[in-house]
Amino acid sequence: MREITYRQAVNEALAEELERDPNVFLMGEEVAEYHGAYKVSQGLLERFGPKRIIDTPISENGFAGLGVGAAMVGLRPIIEFMTFSFSLVAFDQVVNNAPNMFMMSGGQFNIPITFRGPNGPAHQLAATHSHATENLYASVPGLKVCTPATPRDAKGLLKTAVRDDNPVLVLEAELLYSSKGMVEPPDEELLIPLGEAQVKREGSDVSVICYAQTVSLALAAAQQLEEENISAEIIDLRSIKPLDEKAIFDSVAKTHRVVIVEQDRPFCGVGAEVCYRIQKNIFDALDAPILRVSQEDVPMPYNERLEKFVLPNADKLMSAVKKVCYA
Amino acid sequence: MQRDDQRDEVEMLALMLLIRRFEERASQQYQAQKIGGFCHLYIGQEAVAVGAVAATRPDDYIITAYRDHGHALARGTSANACMAELFGKETGCSRGLGGSMHFFDKTNHMYGGHAIVGAHVPLAAGMAFASKYLGEDRVTLCFFGDGAINQGSFHEALNLIALYKLPAVLICENNLFAMGTSVKRSTSLKQIVDRAEGYDIPGDILDGMNFREVRDKLAEIIISIRKDSHPAFVEVRTYRYRGHSMSDPASYRTKDELEKYRLDDPIIRLRAQLTREGRLTNEEFDSIDKKAKETVLAAVKFAEQSPELPVEGVYDYVYANSVAAGVSFAKSGGPAADTAATIG
Repeated sequence: MREITYRQAVNEALAEELERDPNVFLMGEEVAEYHGAYKVSQGLLERFGPKRIIDTPISENGFAGLGVGAAMVGLRPIIEFMTFSFSLVAFDQVVNNAPNMFMMSGGQFNIPITFRGPNGPAHQLAATHSHATENLYASVPGLKVCTPATPRDAKGLLKTAVRDDNPVLVLEAELLYSSKGMVEPPDEELLIPLGEAQVKREGSDVSVICYAQTVSLALAAAQQLEEENISAEIIDLRSIKPLDEKAIFDSVAKTHRVVIVEQDRPFCGVGAEVCYRIQKNIFDALDAPILRVSQEDVPMPYNERLEKFVLPNADKLMSAVKKVCYA
Repeated sequence: MQRDDQRDEVEMLALMLLIRRFEERASQQYQAQKIGGFCHLYIGQEAVAVGAVAATRPDDYIITAYRDHGHALARGTSANACMAELFGKETGCSRGLGGSMHFFDKTNHMYGGHAIVGAHVPLAAGMAFASKYLGEDRVTLCFFGDGAINQGSFHEALNLIALYKLPAVLICENNLFAMGTSVKRSTSLKQIVDRAEGYDIPGDILDGMNFREVRDKLAEIIISIRKDSHPAFVEVRTYRYRGHSMSDPASYRTKDELEKYRLDDPIIRLRAQLTREGRLTNEEFDSIDKKAKETVLAAVKFAEQSPELPVEGVYDYVYANSVAAGVSFAKSGGPAADTAATIG
């Protein structure tokens, strides 16, 4: 194991998959000559050439659809969205073409495509550039959605996504690109299955279910809660769809209390689905109502203080945990 | 002139007749409520799909919009599989899961059947991209209507196709109406082919009622593309005799206009050409037509007698298994919605 950044981890995953399979190519805005808007594709153009690392014009609908078409005839495209806020311009391709093709062709055409890029609020990017899209996409049958929170997961989930025979969205996060973490050395194949959550920290009093940018928030809170004699178990979902129900239920059966901290919005958010499944399946295990911490139900303001208020934060999380623990 | 490498024109006439008779019967079956959803008929436009297919190799890629019955039949999908699809049966070309607007046939390189206007033009770009990427000399034929040319996806795709010099022929079947809106009311151009000029793609206007003109011009274009990958655009002027879909009486146009086009019918025209040249007798034509009608009637019977997919089979068509990733998302356990959604 060695310590690398999330950015390097994504870069390694891309390079390894490009190296392994000649039918894999990377396409998107500024991925080649500019090395990626967030420098994720640094060095790939030099290594794999312009045939496989392809700059596009600003045409998300066009190049996302190009990827789907290429996937129909045997290639395995990796389509980068500069941010998933821009994927909304390509919504028709991601939602109507990629995941529907298998069904409407009677199983003749599966679409092995990876859509990836940063997702969710970053810092003061305001309403148009701060979308957390995981609940939108996870609601679409035929899509798979993962949300790596660590460099190791970023690498392992992306490599799995590229090898998957279905459309997979790998939702990275701008604020995580420079974060560091331990990852297996490059000569060791790292594949992390979709649909496997991870217990980031064991605890006995409350299950805090989180993913992506809220994982570090939850871990920091757990530290603080420990000082107040509350033992929090931290579950990183890693994949939103498929969802690892077992990991969730196992934890809840142990702690009997749940707080879901998610980076998306409250109405029809990821937490709403998780909450439904918990109460449906292990209602009797619960000692308190499930609480959710998410964004406020408003478009993202630019003002730094207001943005902070809108985002899930440590104060909201701490207070939710204490509430379910009746502390 | 018919070249040696082109399929027999009588055979092509038979294909056009098959499409015509198929659509007539589909219309009847729709009215009898054997066919659900939306159903858009190709009657009047047969020379476009058949002329284009006559200019291709069987392994060239074909992709089209929702008025797709003619393209599938022209490509070689059987009348049985097409009719069964309309009936929603398991023996349909998309196993009854796509319906009229989503005909797919991988074996015959027919890549759909796409029902969001213009949304398949980027897919065509991707298919052509793949051919070039893999060093193949296949050509992608992308059909769309005059309504598609004002859609953003169309413009984005044309730019990408031109920018990457992709081997694609963009075939605009201009039947003068996008649903009920005439080209004059939808498009700022004097002629549709001028759209191509905006992307530096060579463009031509073809008479879509003339099988030979469609075939010959496209054959010429395809030969040029195979030699050196590039895109091309053709505006094929044609006409649909029926309304936009089965529910449309087409009251936005005059009887005179329809009659004018009917007199210029593509089937009558090719028949007259062949007869004049002594290559087709009236008896032979009648026999071809009779066979087409019989084939279609047999297709209706086939569709009626075919089974439907069992309801729990629906979960088999959400995700392809991911063996390569070492993760199985195999069939989930039937219609217990929650569980199924978790797995897939």
